[in-house]
Amino acid sequence: MSNQNVSSRPTGLQYFLYKSAKALKTPTPYLAFLGITLWLVTYYLLCEQWRIFPFYKVPGPLEVITEWINKDPIWGTSLFTEDYYINIWVSCRRIFIAFALATGLGVPLGLFMGWSQKFKDYAFPILELLRPIPILAWVPLAIVMFAGFETPIIYLATLASFFVTALNTMLGVESIDESYFRAAGCLGSKKHHIFLNVVVPGALPYIFTGLQISIGVAWFSLVAAEMISGDYGLGYMIMDSYMVNKYTTMVMAMLTLGFVGWITSAMVRSAGDRMMQWRERALGQGGA
Amino acid sequence: MNQSDVMILENVSKSFGEDWARESVVENLSLTVKRDQLTAIVGPSGCGKSTIVNLLAGFELPDEGRITLEGKPVSGPSKDSLVVFQETALMPWLTTYQNVVFGPQLRGDMPKNELKSAAESIIDTVGLREFRDKYPLQLSGGMQRRAELARALINQPLVMIMDEPFRGLDAMTRQLMQEFYLRLCEQEARTNVFVTSELEEAIILADSIVVLSNKPASVREMLQIDLPRPRNLDMLNSTEAYEYKRHAMEILHEEAMKSFKGTDTNSDFLEAYSRRA
Repeated sequence: MSNQNVSSRPTGLQYFLYKSAKALKTPTPYLAFLGITLWLVTYYLLCEQWRIFPFYKVPGPLEVITEWINKDPIWGTSLFTEDYYINIWVSCRRIFIAFALATGLGVPLGLFMGWSQKFKDYAFPILELLRPIPILAWVPLAIVMFAGFETPIIYLATLASFFVTALNTMLGVESIDESYFRAAGCLGSKKHHIFLNVVVPGALPYIFTGLQISIGVAWFSLVAAEMISGDYGLGYMIMDSYMVNKYTTMVMAMLTLGFVGWITSAMVRSAGDRMMQWRERALGQGGA
Repeated sequence: MNQSDVMILENVSKSFGEDWARESVVENLSLTVKRDQLTAIVGPSGCGKSTIVNLLAGFELPDEGRITLEGKPVSGPSKDSLVVFQETALMPWLTTYQNVVFGPQLRGDMPKNELKSAAESIIDTVGLREFRDKYPLQLSGGMQRRAELARALINQPLVMIMDEPFRGLDAMTRQLMQEFYLRLCEQEARTNVFVTSELEEAIILADSIVVLSNKPASVREMLQIDLPRPRNLDMLNSTEAYEYKRHAMEILHEEAMKSFKGTDTNSDFLEAYSRRA
């Protein structure tokens, strides 16, 4: 039962190296590598080797990668041209603003809906009425409402992400076991204490699940909006290359989206892990 | 009112459900909780024990009758009648220490350094010093129960209400917890209501046992347990303890039979009790 023989907790880089070394001893990284390789090989065979229907028009992996790392790209865009980074930057900035707005509005709304039945009675029907409207259906209205390119796109991404966040947060509060409220109640907590010390931390796991979905949804609607009306951004890059038959650039933009999307959702996940040490430690270290 | 009476229930009744299907759960329940004594409440399963806990703690209010704590009617949950819950209700996002100081910290009724030393000494008492910065999920079942005891004890409640606190622990841990709790109660006397479905647990811990009737719950019999103190679990093998057990089991059996007559849903339970009696 003693904990004294455990050495002190490593910090920062030490911890990272320790974790990495440990991860390399599990099959996970190798299987992931194998999976990606298999996918690339299949992709290559279908599109560049056998060229069977319907893949014969799709630019193959070799073609895309050569273009990607070409200092003098055939179709004008690669890792070495400025517009590639401008497109990434513009999309990321839009996502950041939209995600921040959606979280800032959605989390409090969800918390209050979950906490107060009265507030839920007011707000929930409206939310449920608006939520099923597909984000693409909002596009014309967004263009009518806001001038320019930037605002309508951010608006659409915010909207989609907001609904997911609000709903998940509300479900999170409703999932909190009644016994915590009772315990807090008999320990003499006031209402606002319960809100800050039970409702908020208790809903966090659901909130972060919601945020991970919501950042995906934000990317989805962002790209849709950029494809329809945009001046820059990865969605715009896809649509623009399609219009002028630059299919290689188009696939490059798609894969870039995949990478960037993956990184953003990993960032949300790690923020969640940081805020929920109590779960991390219990799951990660298997208890005391 | 007698000076030694901390909590008094007078003709308390409580029923639930819609008007046309009203089900009476507690009926005409009267009992007294004595100062510095452990009053155990036992009854056949499903007889309304949880409702009684909710009434004592102020989570529910009685339809009829009166519940008073030190002469004042119970009108809602308060730190004076604290519940230690059946399943653990430690906040999983707080460490042991943070859980223990949760109540006093939010109420702000204890100076900071006083609270710190009080919390540390209580954590020592329940033997969790090395686990003060662990989260509940990192603790074993028995440790969680002890942490929860510490969280209640620090508030110095007038009455501690234990709602089947050792349920769900494995047999070994349960015994250890019973011994631990016995010592704790004998070291510093506290007013306790201990609700349980385990007769032996009640006999070894309690000064008096309230045996409940089948639903709707009322007091079927009050038993004074005069086993000498300090006690230990071995005393359960004494003739006296056996006599208490046999007597209480007889009543419980009878009460369980009543629910058997009405429906057949309790037949498993009935069988279990008859085999042990």
